[in-house]
Amino acid sequence: MDGFLQLIFTFDSSIRLSVVLLLACLAGLFSERSGIVDIGLEGKMLIAAFFAAVAAYHSGSAWVGVLAGCAASLSFSMIHGLASITYRGNQLISGVAINFLASGLTVVIGNAWYQKGGQTPTLAGNARFTGIDLPFARALSDVPVVGPIYSDLISGHNALVYLAFALVPLSWWVLYRTRFGLRLRAVGENPASVDTAGISVVRLRFQALIITGILCGLAGAYLSTAQAAGFGREMTAGRGYIALAALIFAKWRPWYALGACLLFGLLEAISNLFPNINVFGLFTIPVQFTQALPYILTVVILAGFVGKAIPPRAGGEPYVKER
Amino acid sequence: MNTQNPKGRQDAAAPAIELRGISKAFGPVQANKDISISVQKGTIHGIIGENGAGKSTLMSILYGFYKADAGEIFIKGQKTEIPDSQAAIAAGIGMVFQHFKLVENFTVLENVILGVEDGPMLKTSLDKARRTLTTLAKEYELNVDPDALIEDLSVGHQQRVEILKALYRQAEILILDEPTGVLTPAEADHLFRILDGLKNEGKTIILITHKLREIMEITDTVSVMRRGEMTSTVKTSDTSPEDLAERMVGRKVLLRVDKKPATPGQIVLQVKNLRVVDEDKVERLRGISFDVKAGEILGIAGVSGNGQSELLEVLGGYQTAAGNIAVNGQDIDLTGHHSDGQSRRARGIAHVPEDRQAEGLIMDFMAWENVVFGYHHAPEYQKNRWLMDNSAVRTDTEAKMERFDVRPPNPRLQAKNFSGGNQQKIVLAREIERDPDLLLVGQPTRGVDIGAIEFIHQRIIELRDSGKAVLLVSVELEEILSLSDRIIVMFDGRIMGERDPAKTNERELGLLMAGVSGEGEAA
Amino acid sequence: MSKMPKWADLFLIPAINLVLAFLAAGLVVLAIGQNPIDAIYFMIKGSLGSTSGIGYTLYYATNYIFTGLAVAVAFHARLFNIGGEGQAAVGGIGAAVVLLAVDWPHWTVALPFAVLGAAAFGAAWAFIPAYLQAKRGSHIVITTIMFNFIAAALLGFLLNGILKNPATQNAETRNFSPGSHLPTAHEMLAPFGIEFSRSAPLNFSFLLALACAVLVWLLIWRTRLGYQIRAYGHNEGAARYAGISAVKITILAMLISGGLAGMLSINVVMGEQERLIKEFVEGAGFVGIAVALMGRSHPFGIVLAALLFGMLTQGGFELLFEMPAISREMVLVIQALIILFTGALDHMVRDPVERIFIRMRKAA
Repeated sequence: MDGFLQLIFTFDSSIRLSVVLLLACLAGLFSERSGIVDIGLEGKMLIAAFFAAVAAYHSGSAWVGVLAGCAASLSFSMIHGLASITYRGNQLISGVAINFLASGLTVVIGNAWYQKGGQTPTLAGNARFTGIDLPFARALSDVPVVGPIYSDLISGHNALVYLAFALVPLSWWVLYRTRFGLRLRAVGENPASVDTAGISVVRLRFQALIITGILCGLAGAYLSTAQAAGFGREMTAGRGYIALAALIFAKWRPWYALGACLLFGLLEAISNLFPNINVFGLFTIPVQFTQALPYILTVVILAGFVGKAIPPRAGGEPYVKER
Repeated sequence: MNTQNPKGRQDAAAPAIELRGISKAFGPVQANKDISISVQKGTIHGIIGENGAGKSTLMSILYGFYKADAGEIFIKGQKTEIPDSQAAIAAGIGMVFQHFKLVENFTVLENVILGVEDGPMLKTSLDKARRTLTTLAKEYELNVDPDALIEDLSVGHQQRVEILKALYRQAEILILDEPTGVLTPAEADHLFRILDGLKNEGKTIILITHKLREIMEITDTVSVMRRGEMTSTVKTSDTSPEDLAERMVGRKVLLRVDKKPATPGQIVLQVKNLRVVDEDKVERLRGISFDVKAGEILGIAGVSGNGQSELLEVLGGYQTAAGNIAVNGQDIDLTGHHSDGQSRRARGIAHVPEDRQAEGLIMDFMAWENVVFGYHHAPEYQKNRWLMDNSAVRTDTEAKMERFDVRPPNPRLQAKNFSGGNQQKIVLAREIERDPDLLLVGQPTRGVDIGAIEFIHQRIIELRDSGKAVLLVSVELEEILSLSDRIIVMFDGRIMGERDPAKTNERELGLLMAGVSGEGEAA
Repeated sequence: MSKMPKWADLFLIPAINLVLAFLAAGLVVLAIGQNPIDAIYFMIKGSLGSTSGIGYTLYYATNYIFTGLAVAVAFHARLFNIGGEGQAAVGGIGAAVVLLAVDWPHWTVALPFAVLGAAAFGAAWAFIPAYLQAKRGSHIVITTIMFNFIAAALLGFLLNGILKNPATQNAETRNFSPGSHLPTAHEMLAPFGIEFSRSAPLNFSFLLALACAVLVWLLIWRTRLGYQIRAYGHNEGAARYAGISAVKITILAMLISGGLAGMLSINVVMGEQERLIKEFVEGAGFVGIAVALMGRSHPFGIVLAALLFGMLTQGGFELLFEMPAISREMVLVIQALIILFTGALDHMVRDPVERIFIRMRKAA
């Protein structure tokens, strides 16, 4: 039974860790599906985490924090739009700039306001998201097998976790079942098809970036107001890039994204809980390998050795109307 | 011209579409000059003209991509502004572009409804489109599996999707830009049946093409465009291919080239059964054979896109092929494993490519940097093992610029700052002065001013007279006729026939170029 | 016709971009209630006001010259090498392996081998993304990002494992042998009677970086390879026509790029730390992008831009002492804004300037 509980505990941890990845990954999905490559997920999450923590601290409400985080991330997303859509600049360079800007601004502003080396004050009470017990969680907890799965693994997470998982089917539905989704996918594949159909490429892409901004905002807010109790410098710690890797791994699809993020979350949980895994006493898998595995897997996928990942065809190129 | 209905009321007798005095300039280039046409409802109107005659610009104006500098558009007698594609669609204009505007990994249905969805949910739109498509398929022989992905369809089927898209948007006027360029003859025939059906249903069709056969086969009226102008509009039944060929090519002042009769020597280039299949699995060269001898110019005539570019690419070493090519009796590897532009140059093949801006020159490079382009490994340009001798290159460039009369004779000017003629002279100087055994020349005078044309022609003939072989590819019949010692005509990846320039004329060549074979001589 | 004179393209546009970036940074400083003029004053004073300040400035500039050149060489082949960070880290492993393997008698003997080790390891780290791009079309930007993280994991693994100094708790190697000590600026200048700060980490590597700048200039503008790299970067189709192999150029350009990034470790690992530590690259790989953009991918411009960014980095440290309310991450903000304005928002400045020049020409 001990082993079983440990398994539940590991899965529980990986769910918590995959939420950030999932939100960021879905954010990237909307942007890249519209043909705008976004390596600035990291920066948008970071700035959102900061302002979410600040707003939650001063208002005492985690939800106000979420709003502030989304607003901050959205404004960064609009900078990216301005650079890559309006001024037809290099989307990669713009993304790099956004990541730098977030790294710098969060510490500069944080230090100026709170003098704590870039950290924000610790959040407490309603300023943080806390777990929600689902109905009968307590009652069922003693039931063997099902009990721990329901009450420990499924129940007890905070609102943003459930929201993130609900966003997967929602994103799928938007993408594949609505007019907006159809046009969004089309503009990422062949903007000329959208343009000749009389739809504005620029407007569609900005709409996509708005969604990206909001989702990155949620991801950032989750980091600082749910996973942690406040902002710490560089607290995204490369998760934006893992999300990007997950997006490629998921071949730019929502359900696959869920799978990729859970996998990468699990890898992170394992590396946190069991730093060095001894395999049958023969050799040890070092923690660094587990940490690097998401990136290695992504390169393997990109190399096309295991199932080719074909990105949206118009990705990265600014659209210039041709005759 | 038709000037009925000046008040612009709807009128059943009014032409389906009428253009009055459309003009459009790009900088100094007048792409469309005072163009007026009028097309009656339920007819097929052809617009024919050579590349660069201004057909595409005109169509872009009709579809709201460009704004005309002057002129008016009337739809059913109603003056209509077309500022963007949406307005064109609203005015009942449907466009089938030469390069399809389809989303490759979407289904047919998804492509059809894109932009004209009924409401924010897809399901109703898709269901409706499915029903409409079934009807349209029955009515016009437009059978396409509505659930197939575009990337899985043949080019002909993809084109049908484009037509379906237009019909689904309730287009009354359908414009097709070079629709048969990518089709097999059988597919083209099918397309014509579809167009006929549409015409009988009262749709108006504008067919843009440079193929005479199509015009004769399917159109009711035809307009000829030349150098941005609409030179004539006639009833198709009142004209003949010969007449159209003449109107299309025009009776320009012939630039007479002084040349002695050729004295052909041994075979320099021998091509046997050459085949090229491109990335889209389309066969671009369908087994062609010919040879070029020392001291002669072999001209390849043909409308562009009939395999000439692929032929030059294979010979130049950057396209793989099947078949045999021998230069001076030695076979060349065509598999791409051991062949590239460098090894071809080493074999004495020089190449003036068709598109100097995309291939022949690097526009941001200075003139002297372009003069070593492709020959950057040549020993005379090296200072030592490691470094290139840039000053030697510049000296060499100055000499070449002088001999080829490049103006301004400044080796440090970027290629993009020279005029078209001077850019071409730089390429020509580079290639001809390598003293090659075989010179490949594609479109030597495209976009080149009159003065430079004569100079360039002289240089090519001089090379021939010095006993070199020249393979000339040009879409300009006049150029082919005045330079070549022998002419072969290419159509659809095949050689339609060989002619002696002294015993042929533009009309006969024009027919061959249009795929109408003469006396059963087609290869 | 070119739309504007060359000087405008090379100097005016970057200058306007720079001014815009500093204006925006000034707004940030104002927003946190500080005086931007004071901040600039203290940064300049901190970076140039003493031999110690200059020593640090040039030390950082050395790093940025290496990474800036790395990004620029790839840029010339129209490849965006965002993996300088990882290539530098792996280059550090290469340098450390060489320097730990032998008890080097003198730095002049050690240096060539250390350079070789650093460059070879950095190049090797760039090779895989380059190969995947050239042969399999895997987007080099994404693969080099991934390789940055894999490099960090690799470095961590080695420093906690076989390369770890058992004598300490930290993830670091033992110190290199004293014989491999690179002369510092203080040591080099003392014979000439120049009293240079003893504490500044500026060392012989600075000269090495300048030599690399010259070599890169020779490579790009004087060699056949450089010619082919530029031709390929400007026009892939024309390069095909000329018989320039895309695979060969992609791989060679990336190898050189990775090698240059790897050489950063000569400055930091061999010159300053004299052992391999974990996070020695400290973002210099990314700063290289800004340096290359600012320097218009020309070695001369890169050296100037590297000096500017060296000043920023060092000035940022000093700023912290003088105006504690402004943290040194202000430097990151400025860097980000420079990347944004010179790289991504280039058209925002360029288009209006071009129009002005065209109008002036018409008027003339």
